[in-house]
Amino acid sequence: MENKIKKVDLIFGKIDHLAIIDKSLQRTRDEIILDVIDSGLRGRGGAGFPTGLKWKFAKNEEADQKYVICNADEGEPGTFKDREILTQVPEKVLAGMALCGYCTGANEGYIYLRAEYNFLLPSLHEAIDAFHEELKARDFDFTIRICSGSGAYVCGEETALMESMEGKRGEPRNKPPFPTSSGYLGKPTSVNNVETLVFALMIAQEGPEQFKEMGTFDSRGSKVFSVSGDTPTPGIYELELGMTLEQFVEEFGDGDTKAVQVGGASGFCVARKDFKSTLIGFEGIPTGGSMMLFNSSRSMFNILNDYLEFMEEESCGQCTPCRVGCQQLLKGIEAVKKGIKPPAYLEELQKLSDTMRIASKCGLGQSVPNPFNSIIKNFREEIIY
Amino acid sequence: MSRIEELVKEQVKKHGRQRTSLMPILQAVVSSEHYLSEEAMMAIACELDLSTADVYGTATFYTFLDTTPRGKYVIRVCKTITCHMKGKDAVIEALEDMLKVKLGNTTSDRKFSLLQANCLGWCHKGPVMLVNDEIYPEITPEKAVKIIGGYLEKA
Repeated sequence: MENKIKKVDLIFGKIDHLAIIDKSLQRTRDEIILDVIDSGLRGRGGAGFPTGLKWKFAKNEEADQKYVICNADEGEPGTFKDREILTQVPEKVLAGMALCGYCTGANEGYIYLRAEYNFLLPSLHEAIDAFHEELKARDFDFTIRICSGSGAYVCGEETALMESMEGKRGEPRNKPPFPTSSGYLGKPTSVNNVETLVFALMIAQEGPEQFKEMGTFDSRGSKVFSVSGDTPTPGIYELELGMTLEQFVEEFGDGDTKAVQVGGASGFCVARKDFKSTLIGFEGIPTGGSMMLFNSSRSMFNILNDYLEFMEEESCGQCTPCRVGCQQLLKGIEAVKKGIKPPAYLEELQKLSDTMRIASKCGLGQSVPNPFNSIIKNFREEIIY
Repeated sequence: MSRIEELVKEQVKKHGRQRTSLMPILQAVVSSEHYLSEEAMMAIACELDLSTADVYGTATFYTFLDTTPRGKYVIRVCKTITCHMKGKDAVIEALEDMLKVKLGNTTSDRKFSLLQANCLGWCHKGPVMLVNDEIYPEITPEKAVKIIGGYLEKA
């Protein structure tokens, strides 16, 4: 493999999205779903569930009403790519939703947009109105509405998102049942990330081969990355999957990168010594796109403290391991830093974070151990002294 | 009928009485009144046939649905990681000095509230702040003071 990161332009390139809709309506739902499965596309929000399978499950449900939801509750610290996609190519997102609706048998779609992105509402409404006119001209029954969030990170979790849409507290539900069988208002619902919908559209246009050729066995295709922190070139980049962190840092680092947080506050912190052996992707460290670089001027204690403060505030409080766990981890590292607790207390805290992974109800609590354990492991001395 | 009750009735007419309308109604009241008063929550509960506790419980779950009075302009400075690294503390200090208000509070004339928020989704252009729905990326203490100065003239 050549030692260079490949930049790709599937997401932001302008295309005739209506031509893809026309072409897709000529094909059967099963044909398109098979293409999406074959492409290996996995959800781009972070969890990475195979998109084609999700659509197939929703399609196979018998119901009088089904829904498509576009998850635009992009709240993971370090992630900002969905905002850019919705700003630059909203029509591709809408067409991706319509495609999903056609494949799964849903005639209603919702965009759940985080309140922090409310400034996008006028342009999105305009795009939706224009798209509705086009669908009407094609006799294709699909309507899209926007639901606004109100500043809750946990609502990016798909079942919490649906609770919020139903007018309730955004507390995650138990799974199963999965949304594809019982989702919004109890009806089969496929919830997809903004970026995933655009990739699905591009696969419907180009066929699965082009996508499959890129990336690795478990991480096909390309991915939009949000690059921030200590880098001379912060921004949004669509890159082929399968690169190592070393290649990434070579491209985006400032020459003094000591750690990269892959996957945001719920992701992993990788230290310089592991850059070479770390693959960015589902067989290595997966990410919803968030890549934060830190150079040697940064205190990893402060960074961990920020992550834990974030999680402690955003924990919905429904389940005890997450609610109390986040508080105790935060208090715990402060106590160690101040010398109130001995360094060995960090091991106790790690046991607590392992318990959170097993016992928390949703991804929020389950993933708090990711940054916690990886930063403690790699930068123990910075936490203590 | 009080002004708040009228506002709630108008929103209920627009969105409907089903539970799925609760969020849009709460959001509309916040955007017009800058917070949810007890009176507003009781009126909404009554119209939607919910318990007031249920409405209160839902509202208090969401950071942007304030149940304490806020200013006409709510300033939210992002405090998460990258914005922290890039100097959000200095921005907050400058705004505290300018508005003569401590972080988390509202000016006595109810024009401005100065708050922090978790990640606003502009990490590549931090520090960043929201003023109501308007976003201001790549700010410095000086820029922030100038921007809020503009609002001060309008307020």
